Amino acid sequence: MNNVTSIMIVGVGGQGTLLASRILGNMLVGQGYDVKVSEVHGMSQRGGSVVTYVKYGKKVYSPIIEKGEADIIISFELCEAARWVSYLKKGGKLIVNTQKIAPMPVITGAAKYPENVVHNLKATGCHVIALDALSLAEQAGTAKATNVVLMGAISTKMSFDETIWEQTIAELVPAKFLDINLKAYRLGRMLKVEE
Amino acid sequence: MKRLMLGNEAVARGLYEAGCGVVSSYPGTPSTEITEHVSEYQEVYSEWAPNEKVAAEVALGASIAGARSFCAMKHVGLNVAADPMFTASYTGINGGFIIAVADDQGMHSSQNEQDSRHYAIAAKLPMVEPADSAECKNYVKAAFEISEQFDTPVLLRLCTRVSHSQSIVEENDRVEVPLKEYIKNPQKYVMMPGNAKGRHVVVEQRCKELIQFAENTSLNTVEYAANNEIGVIAAGITYQYAKEALGDSVSYLKIGLINPLPLKKIKEFASKVKKVYVIEELDDIIETHCKKNGIDVIGKELFSNIGEYSQKLIAEKILGKQTEFAEYNENIPVRPPVMCPGCPHRGMFYTLNKMKLTVSGDIGCYTLGAAPPLGAMDTCICMGASISALHGFNKARGAEDRTVAVIGDSTFMHSGITGLINITYNKGYSTVIVADNSITGMTGHQQNPTTGKTLRGDIVEQISIEKVCDAAGVKRVRVVDPNNVEELEAILKEELAVKEPSVLIARRPCALLKYVKHNPPFKIIAEKCKSCKACFKIGCPAISMANGKASIDSTLCVGCNLCKPLCAFGAIAEQGEEL
Repeated sequence: MNNVTSIMIVGVGGQGTLLASRILGNMLVGQGYDVKVSEVHGMSQRGGSVVTYVKYGKKVYSPIIEKGEADIIISFELCEAARWVSYLKKGGKLIVNTQKIAPMPVITGAAKYPENVVHNLKATGCHVIALDALSLAEQAGTAKATNVVLMGAISTKMSFDETIWEQTIAELVPAKFLDINLKAYRLGRMLKVEE
Repeated sequence: MKRLMLGNEAVARGLYEAGCGVVSSYPGTPSTEITEHVSEYQEVYSEWAPNEKVAAEVALGASIAGARSFCAMKHVGLNVAADPMFTASYTGINGGFIIAVADDQGMHSSQNEQDSRHYAIAAKLPMVEPADSAECKNYVKAAFEISEQFDTPVLLRLCTRVSHSQSIVEENDRVEVPLKEYIKNPQKYVMMPGNAKGRHVVVEQRCKELIQFAENTSLNTVEYAANNEIGVIAAGITYQYAKEALGDSVSYLKIGLINPLPLKKIKEFASKVKKVYVIEELDDIIETHCKKNGIDVIGKELFSNIGEYSQKLIAEKILGKQTEFAEYNENIPVRPPVMCPGCPHRGMFYTLNKMKLTVSGDIGCYTLGAAPPLGAMDTCICMGASISALHGFNKARGAEDRTVAVIGDSTFMHSGITGLINITYNKGYSTVIVADNSITGMTGHQQNPTTGKTLRGDIVEQISIEKVCDAAGVKRVRVVDPNNVEELEAILKEELAVKEPSVLIARRPCALLKYVKHNPPFKIIAEKCKSCKACFKIGCPAISMANGKASIDSTLCVGCNLCKPLCAFGAIAEQGEEL
């Protein structure tokens, strides 16, 4: 009913999803959109499942995204993509980092880590883009830049100039890590992803 | 300048711009960031108080002294601060006084779901509720004006989705508000019965004036649609959900002043539409107000009084609209929060679990000790309740003493001390463990009286937990490193055997503190690993199974040495150790 674009960033506490949402949110404000960014934190530093909503458009009301409403989901972890895929709009895009982080019930043996996740995600009918962002981040210089690699990947699915992304990253990342992060962003952006 | 701001950050900006002079709070999700952001403004004095009651009293004192003042807390914190708040309603204010309370619909990080609007009604205080970050800033200013106009504290109600969402805020300059003159007035500020009786009359008169104000204030706004089919009454975040779900096809009465509620305005609105829906999370306060005044509305028969709403829920309930979504046809393992690798509480809970003790728990990171595989917590009620509840438990069950209380350093300062005094005073013998990780952990590293630093990081006298316990009459106070599990167990056995109160301070700083140095990561020697999973018993997220053998994630492990003694086969090695 209105032309709001909804993006979800999901992952595991400590993976840098908050910085990713900040980069995305600031970039969009700079482009003149009304923007709302919403996050669940509090316990999120402690290895729990985390989710951030970024919504933009001419006017945004609700800060949250509900099932079947997201245009794009970026998942920082493989089984988190499966957990949140129902939030995707029909025909929406799912960018998934294939890194696996075992939840505590899996570690203790009370549950199993799901298999064939990418295959099953595709079977739901959404548009899946899978990449090993962790390796790319290590290639850029640090595993910590995984989040920025994923920003590079999502930038290929949005119609903003790459200089705008790079400027925003420069504003938000400490100067001494900027080169590594710009490299990470470009690796994510250049990627010929498996689709 | 316009920029994205967290709702809480915008409240802080509002305090700065409105010339607020004094802020005192206790951290509590989702309210914490208000006070952290206020501390960045040098013009505003700000502090962490040991609990919400103290914070509210500090702010009220500052108000009486003539400054615009403020305190912030979460919903359960208002229970703690309720005592001064009810009387502040009688004394009124001098400088404007706001109490912010952040409700946590959906219990993202709380022990109950509580609708703080009841407090506004019970204490006869005006309450305002913003719907986004821009309103957070503006409503702070409006609340100070209401406070000073009507000589009353004002409640600012927030919720998780407003406090923790970022939207665009325009920054303005600060207006310096000079201190109001303090004039001695015991009839107003000394609430002994004779004076309080007089003040109750003033409070009731103020309530009447506020109802008049509610009818006319621009905080309550009306938007009429082209047709007159549906009208929605909503406040705060539910207005945003409704607006997104229903757009401009329906009419809205958005209520910004949620206590007292306007009646004429609602009646007029209801008369102009065919059907009125009241959309309010948690309890049916607006709905009841309408119904008892003969206004026909639809509310809780459609909408739950449990948890959060959303635009999807509103579209389903009002428009009968279903959204299609993909289903992933396999169970995804839950990912509960866990204690961090190297967490000092892990060794303690491992020991409590091993000794099969009954544990009276409390609120903080260490509440996670209730989860498997540690599973070492029996109760958790509210801040400070661990110590007092254990005393009651032990008085009820008598001789069998296989029980301990576990409380954090910040929580001990918040309201553990009084429980401890009760134990010594009433001839108790309970064993209390103060899990001292040298910071307020769960809310994200706030300072407290035991850390020796203020909100702004200034160095101050460090309150000694040992000396406080000593002063409370506890003769047996011992300090132990919780990572030294053998010593911890030995000391616990000794203390449980003694029929007198004892405090065991399990002291080791939070593994996430910047000054804490970590050891190099440990590794598994695969040939020696018998896949027995004994190392899993400590519930460390860095240890998992890979290809049938235990494996340590080198990016997570901080070399705390808790796992190594668990391996009977010597398969866990330190960095550089001979294979």
